[in-house]
Amino acid sequence: MNSLKVLSIILITFTIFAGITVPMVPQPQSIFEFPDIPGLGETARIIFFHVPAAWVSVLGFLISLYFGFKYLRTKEYNYDIKSVSAAGLGMLFCVLAMVTGSLWAKFAWGSFWNWDPRETSIFILLLIYGAYFALRSALGSDEIRARLSAVYAILAGLTAPFFIFIMPRVIGGLHPGAEGDSSGSIPIAQLQMPLNMYVVFFTGLVGFTLLFIWLLNVRIRAVSVEYQLLIKDQ
Amino acid sequence: MNRISITAVDIAKSFNYRTIFRDISFSLLSPSSLTITGKNGAGKSTLSKIIAGLISTTKGSCSYTLNKKNVDIEVFKRYIGFVSTYLNFYDEFTALENINILSRIRTMSRQNESRAEEILNLAGLRQRRDDPVGTFSSGMKQRLKYAFALLHNPAVLVLDEPTSSMDDEGIEFVRHIVRQQKKQGILILATNNRKEAGWCDKEVHLGMKKE
Amino acid sequence: MNYLFAIWAIVAKDMRSELRLRYALNALLMFVVTSLAVIIIAFQDSELNPEILSALFWIVIFFTAMSGLSRIFVSEEERGTTLVLQLVASPSAVYFGKLIFNCGLTLLLSSAVTLLYVIIFPTFVIQSLTIFTCTVFLGSLGFASASTMIAAIIAKAQAKSTLYTVLAFPVLAPLLITVIYATALSIQGDIWSNSIPQFQIMIGYLCVVVGFSFLMFDYVWKD
Repeated sequence: MNSLKVLSIILITFTIFAGITVPMVPQPQSIFEFPDIPGLGETARIIFFHVPAAWVSVLGFLISLYFGFKYLRTKEYNYDIKSVSAAGLGMLFCVLAMVTGSLWAKFAWGSFWNWDPRETSIFILLLIYGAYFALRSALGSDEIRARLSAVYAILAGLTAPFFIFIMPRVIGGLHPGAEGDSSGSIPIAQLQMPLNMYVVFFTGLVGFTLLFIWLLNVRIRAVSVEYQLLIKDQ
Repeated sequence: MNRISITAVDIAKSFNYRTIFRDISFSLLSPSSLTITGKNGAGKSTLSKIIAGLISTTKGSCSYTLNKKNVDIEVFKRYIGFVSTYLNFYDEFTALENINILSRIRTMSRQNESRAEEILNLAGLRQRRDDPVGTFSSGMKQRLKYAFALLHNPAVLVLDEPTSSMDDEGIEFVRHIVRQQKKQGILILATNNRKEAGWCDKEVHLGMKKE
Repeated sequence: MNYLFAIWAIVAKDMRSELRLRYALNALLMFVVTSLAVIIIAFQDSELNPEILSALFWIVIFFTAMSGLSRIFVSEEERGTTLVLQLVASPSAVYFGKLIFNCGLTLLLSSAVTLLYVIIFPTFVIQSLTIFTCTVFLGSLGFASASTMIAAIIAKAQAKSTLYTVLAFPVLAPLLITVIYATALSIQGDIWSNSIPQFQIMIGYLCVVVGFSFLMFDYVWKD
């Protein structure tokens, strides 16, 4: 776990440093220069933070789905602890993605929020998980709460990839990659990013993922301890 | 007659961060009877609900066999009659309607409608059978619960606090049922009453855990 | 066969109960009438274009559904009859029975709203009837299926009515967006082939929700 934490810090530091300081020029001559993507310019830097945050958030929601499923199969309370911790972190990264996205929107489109399909879908996703936590707080007994929120975590986890990956591509909108955006869908998918940007991007992705695993581990341990204390009190 | 068995292996139940009981095991082969005893809050009603297939266990399992073949609880439910203070009927329907509607959901054929009247008479509800259950006293509701439990001639009868709210006549009625059931099937009783506990051959006692 | 009979018996029980008590029907009707009254007052002099009419149509249906469709499980829980239902029926029979009842209720509701809309709003002239009827039909079924599952989930919780809306809205949002768009198309008189993607989404939504609910209902219903 320690090596993971150190690696995560190193990778994210590298990403922040490289993502922000490497200059963007129209015709890059060396690996220490990024190309200037027409229409995006300097704002393209957000891709190193915004996209990993969104992907990690989906990762969190899928992990929450998995642990919810395991709880239903085995009825072991530890799985419920893992499921809720993953959902919480998924929500955290979803908020990060939303905030970075709307910062970018201010500079690219002029306003923080536009109800573009991608923005709407991430907002709905946030509502789904907000509802998950509302459900949990409204259920008293541990067994019922674990069971019902596991079912909801599975439902919500199924919708997460739909909202983040499918819906914005199918409905036209302003966000890069939406239908009708002929300048190309996600640069990553179409390999339009040059190699050096790729390196920074994937470092960021791995770094964020490791950070997520670290946070998840800490959160699970904290909640487990709380739970052990509660049982002991009886 | 069908040979029925119920086997419980190391059943434990936790709820709200508390262990209610654990390591409960017993084995019943028809005809036999079991009483579940324990102080208030020991989990008698919970255990009877587990046996009737209404609640799942936290650990351990309860298995059922019919003529030596294992049967899933969803199928076995049809052979169980259950009476408990936690059971409630639909207040807006009459006693007869409740019995008919519920047995239709249990998918018993329409022939049983005459049987429904018969069983209601047996339970002493002849005069009130066309009155909405909302107007019943708790004793009459208890009688209705018995009528409903006995309607399909269950091989297993699970009674949680069998004589609660019953008058003397009712208690006689229950004793009669208990005697019948002990001879032809499995009877499971959950009670605080020492005398009632003596109606059965076996006993399982749920003790409170001492810290 | 027995299984289908059980499902039907559950639907019959709920219908009978509803006819006797009229709680849900009254609540739904009052809600529809009140919301429409508010809309009429608010939009007295304005011109209501197809998009707005379509959105308002489904908003009324959405909130009316939120006020009434949870009854199906909440009433069982509140009156303590869940236990007896668990005793006599298999979980999936309960699910399908309640689902069919809710579908019927929602179809009734949307028909009522359609009728009232036609009477009240002169600009509400549906030019493409096939698109409209299919949208309302599929949309109502989609509403009912998502609402039924969520109702089962919140039946044991506190603060049921607010929780119900909080949980149901994000799940219903994709359907809502789709049907509003399709209804607007039908008012404008668009051709059938243009609305096929919307119907694909509606049918897909229905399949996913019913499939998911069927698989998961056992875990929600059985303690």
